Amino acid sequence: MKDVELKMLERAKALLEGGEVARVIGWKKGDFCYDVSPASFETVEELDGFVYNWFCGANLSKYLIEMSKKEGKTAVFLKPCDTYSFNQLVKEHRIKRENVYVIAVECLGKLDAEKIKAKGISLITDVEVVDKDVKVTSAYGVETLYKPDVVLTKCETCQKTHQVKDEEIILHERPERDVDRFAEVAKLEAMTEEERFAFWRSQLSKCIRCNACRNVCPACSCVKCVFDNPASGIAAKANDSDFEESMFHIIRAFHVAGRCTDCGECSRVCPQNIPLHLLNRKFIKDIDNFYGEYQAGETAEGKTPLTSYTEGDIEAKDVFNGEAK
Amino acid sequence: MQEVTEKKEFTPTIVAFCCNWCSYAGADLAGSSRLTYPANVKIIRVPCSCRVNPSFVLKAFQQGADGVILCGCHPGDCHYVTGNYYTRRRMALLYSFLNYMGIEKDRTCIEWVSAAEGAKFAAVMNDFVKKVTDLGENKRLTDLRVKEGE
Ligand code: SF4
Ligand code: SF4
Repeated sequence: MKDVELKMLERAKALLEGGEVARVIGWKKGDFCYDVSPASFETVEELDGFVYNWFCGANLSKYLIEMSKKEGKTAVFLKPCDTYSFNQLVKEHRIKRENVYVIAVECLGKLDAEKIKAKGISLITDVEVVDKDVKVTSAYGVETLYKPDVVLTKCETCQKTHQVKDEEIILHERPERDVDRFAEVAKLEAMTEEERFAFWRSQLSKCIRCNACRNVCPACSCVKCVFDNPASGIAAKANDSDFEESMFHIIRAFHVAGRCTDCGECSRVCPQNIPLHLLNRKFIKDIDNFYGEYQAGETAEGKTPLTSYTEGDIEAKDVFNGEAK
Repeated sequence: MQEVTEKKEFTPTIVAFCCNWCSYAGADLAGSSRLTYPANVKIIRVPCSCRVNPSFVLKAFQQGADGVILCGCHPGDCHYVTGNYYTRRRMALLYSFLNYMGIEKDRTCIEWVSAAEGAKFAAVMNDFVKKVTDLGENKRLTDLRVKEGE
């Protein structure tokens, strides 16, 4: 990872020094190795704070909505999953493609600091990864964890590859793998209505309506959001009725249906650990089943499933046919 | 009508979104042909079935509906040419999703009813009201605040 970071830094410097770009979007160091945050670097000096490590899970594409409208070009580092969001935003005319220089950067799966802490490790100072071993150095010594146990949930099922790049920095190939991202959704589908209702009630009742899932989502990029309308009847953000929670989550997920790239940011940022990806993936799975496989963000062209149709589309009542009562 | 309201104690509230050009006219025809359908079906006229935003469906449940049905022109016959094709996709996904969240699948329905199908309109409503009556009160997508105010 260090070698990749050095290479990225080198390119960022060259691009800024050569005046090819006015700014570089990347990740900035925090107080600890795991509290990195997205940042814009405009000078070579600022790059002192630049970092690319095992905790750079944040998707940088949404920042380009604003940045690509500024004067001068913007260079951005995009991981495989981030490039889908980028394409989708270009497709929706939210990003000015010609103002962005995309550097595709390798990703072997990012780590979840919360999952590491949940293993009872605190005061983490450094992390080293060799294959499936995660060597965590903390104030209390060194411990080795099994990588699949501590990667971000979104990385567990990721099979994405870069869909867009102007150049790439890939030093290590990611091994191919075969995972079913719909397994959890299928499990829920196999439950009874009562069980599903109970499951979602218990999950959604945790929601504190912080709106983090909405704010982070590259697909959720309306300038004015319905949830900010005090007259929407669902903006009380108080738990006086569970209806608000249901409404918020149904509308949030529906609004990104057909546009959600499954980047997994919503679940990553949720402070309440609500598995929001299981909502989005239901739509993705249904779209695949009903209208043919579709991956949002694979290209920046073409129509989305909800802005197109065929004359022989499935009828709503046939959706439930063959499903146990 | 008598059947539904007299035999069972529970009378569901049904919200029916009907498109102006086909289904609303179909409802009209049902009325003028003296076909009966339950009075607890509250019709909301919309310019096109495609006008129905998923939040309308949820709002209807919030405001006390026990079932929501959407009626529009038959696919291919949309007054605006293609509106109902989009409706069909949108509602197929929404209804499937609501069921995934545990909302009973018989609480939502979509039917194509033309202006000439007064009899179909009455039959569809009778059938839907029966299904929702069997299900009982909507308890999974309601707003306590609204209920209290009633
Ligand atoms: S809904 Fe979640 S997974 Fe989908 S695009 Fe938005 S943040 Fe990414
Ligand atoms: S991030 Fe989590 S807690 Fe916050 S609004 Fe979204 S689901 Fe609710």
